Amino acid sequence: MSVLVNKDTKVLVQGFTGKNGTFHAEQALKVGTKVVGGVTPGKGGAEHLGLPVFNTMKDAVRQTQADASVIYVPAAFAKDSILEAVESGVKLIVCITEGVPTIDMLYVKKAVDEAGIRLIGPNCPGVITPGECKIGIMPWHIHNPGRIGIVSRSGTLTYEAVAQTTALGLGQSTCIGIGGDPIPGTSHIDALKLFQDDPDTDAIVMIGEIGGTAEEEAAEFAKGYVTKPVVGYIAGVTAPKGKRMGHAGAIISGGKGTAEEKFKAFERAGIAYTRSPAEIGKTMFELLQSKGMIK
Amino acid sequence: MNLHEYQAKELLAKYGLPVQRGILANSAEEAAAAYDQLGGKFAVVKAQVHAGGRGKAGGVKVVKSREEAFDVAKSLIGTNLVTYQTDAAGQPVHSVLVCEDMYPVQRELYLGAVVDRGSQRIVFMVSTEGGVEIEKVAEETPEKIIKVEVNPLVGMQPFQARDAAFALGLVGDQLKTFEKLMLGAYKAFVENDFALFEVNPLALRENGQLACVDGKINLDSNALYRHPELLAQRDKSQENEREVKASEFDLNYVALEGNIGCMVNGAGLAMATMDIIKLKGGQPANFLDVGGGATKERVIEAFKLILADTSVKGVLINIFGGIVRCDMIAEAIIAAVKEVNVTVPVVVRLEGNNAELGAKILDESGLKLTSAQGLNDAAEKIVAAVAAL
Repeated sequence: MSVLVNKDTKVLVQGFTGKNGTFHAEQALKVGTKVVGGVTPGKGGAEHLGLPVFNTMKDAVRQTQADASVIYVPAAFAKDSILEAVESGVKLIVCITEGVPTIDMLYVKKAVDEAGIRLIGPNCPGVITPGECKIGIMPWHIHNPGRIGIVSRSGTLTYEAVAQTTALGLGQSTCIGIGGDPIPGTSHIDALKLFQDDPDTDAIVMIGEIGGTAEEEAAEFAKGYVTKPVVGYIAGVTAPKGKRMGHAGAIISGGKGTAEEKFKAFERAGIAYTRSPAEIGKTMFELLQSKGMIK
Repeated sequence: MNLHEYQAKELLAKYGLPVQRGILANSAEEAAAAYDQLGGKFAVVKAQVHAGGRGKAGGVKVVKSREEAFDVAKSLIGTNLVTYQTDAAGQPVHSVLVCEDMYPVQRELYLGAVVDRGSQRIVFMVSTEGGVEIEKVAEETPEKIIKVEVNPLVGMQPFQARDAAFALGLVGDQLKTFEKLMLGAYKAFVENDFALFEVNPLALRENGQLACVDGKINLDSNALYRHPELLAQRDKSQENEREVKASEFDLNYVALEGNIGCMVNGAGLAMATMDIIKLKGGQPANFLDVGGGATKERVIEAFKLILADTSVKGVLINIFGGIVRCDMIAEAIIAAVKEVNVTVPVVVRLEGNNAELGAKILDESGLKLTSAQGLNDAAEKIVAAVAAL
């Protein structure tokens, strides 16, 4: 088992016939993900990659019984696409699109919460259960089916943690890229809760970065809720104040959201952490060894 | 993207906010004429730069004649203003805002708003402690900042503005005026995609009227596509030249103080790369995210940017290829190094599909390129190479 997605998850692609939608749907199909079709308004009835194209999400879900949708539309249409997915009946929405205006996300977040639907992203690599299902843009081959849950705000840094754990013979249950925006659909806390409640996840890697206080809150939450071993890492120790470091959410403002504060929060919560991005896998390996969970 | 004070005031006035009267002047002559036009005995000349702390830095001056307005404007325009919020070089002053004088005033209040991540709402903040650095107030006397959280689905309600008005100790007609002002500010915030908004001070004048004496607006850069009229007001002279150049090529670049240039795909990994350089005893010269497609063109532009910083003594390229093949990235790097004529040592770490083949191509290129295995190795190699110079 795993969290959010598995080998039975049926996925629709919003922005199916576009360049990104096409490329990543092909990649997902190649590794056995159950992509069941997609939506491109105005192209309903056509066939794309051997799968049906629908005009609307409602149609698509009615005819495919899809559980999840992945969004590859341009930022200007992301709000509309997410809200359309909310009304369609899917239970999981993964929005890969980057550059979504923050105010759009204030409304969207309210809507998904009210509907009880899980949104991952935007501006994220997606979610993957190695060996079973890939929804997003991450490289399949670096993963290894296993029992470590990984949650991260950053895409390539997630890959780094995946590759390091894989290289040490560990594997991943599910990896969730929650994205680098200020208002993410899913938070670190949500992901920690999912992993703690998943019988097939033994330990958790939590990767954060400067900006906001989500990691501090997650550390506090972990202290009271998570009994599984957690390894933390924070990127951006060397980032200057007041400068947005690529991600809309990665900015130290008003002295808040520094890497140091986040490391301190890890410490208070008893979370094992590393200051080196090269030692995320090693830190996890040693932690599991010290607990007698691996040899 | 930041707006200048004069741009912010213009925008806020459209939403019915009472702003201090002011005339923009691009020269000393225009400043003198503006003084006459305002017609008061006193006027305030304010340097237009994207930085706070202008008053203490000498960028805001009271004048009492057209000659004085001329002199002050002349002394400011064309210079760089250094404040506690700028770097050592300061920000260039191209214009001044000549404003009507409003002082003495009864009180200086504070009004601000941000998109708050914690509550996932727009949060307005008011305080009786305006006119000073609000960060200090927040730190020393946080109880003096009153917060108003707005539910995005219904927007700001009049009662919320009234709550704030009472908290500020306003009375009589001021209550109604403030309510209108705050509702107008909320409307301006959501309709224009503000990321941050601040009026400090909001003056309560001797005649009992309210006036926005300053205005600071930061816009959500992700939303600029739907505000072409605001985007047209961007003043690139206030931004770092290389950062502006980077944005033209969709590269994310932030200049830092060190001497090891970084080229990385992904913002998180780019920060992590800076951090590991520091951990290994080096100093990163920049943050640079080349994004998903590390093509030859992008790598060329990235090299140009990094090397435009003359303090750069070496470059670390860290690409986690993901779906893109590393041998293709290696070819792109080699082509870029040749085209840009890179002479400093370059360490390249490629990870992902065909990583070994990529490393082999780099090692056999005959160029000053060193391949590395993993993050540790990469950081150690570039730090050593730069230290050896």
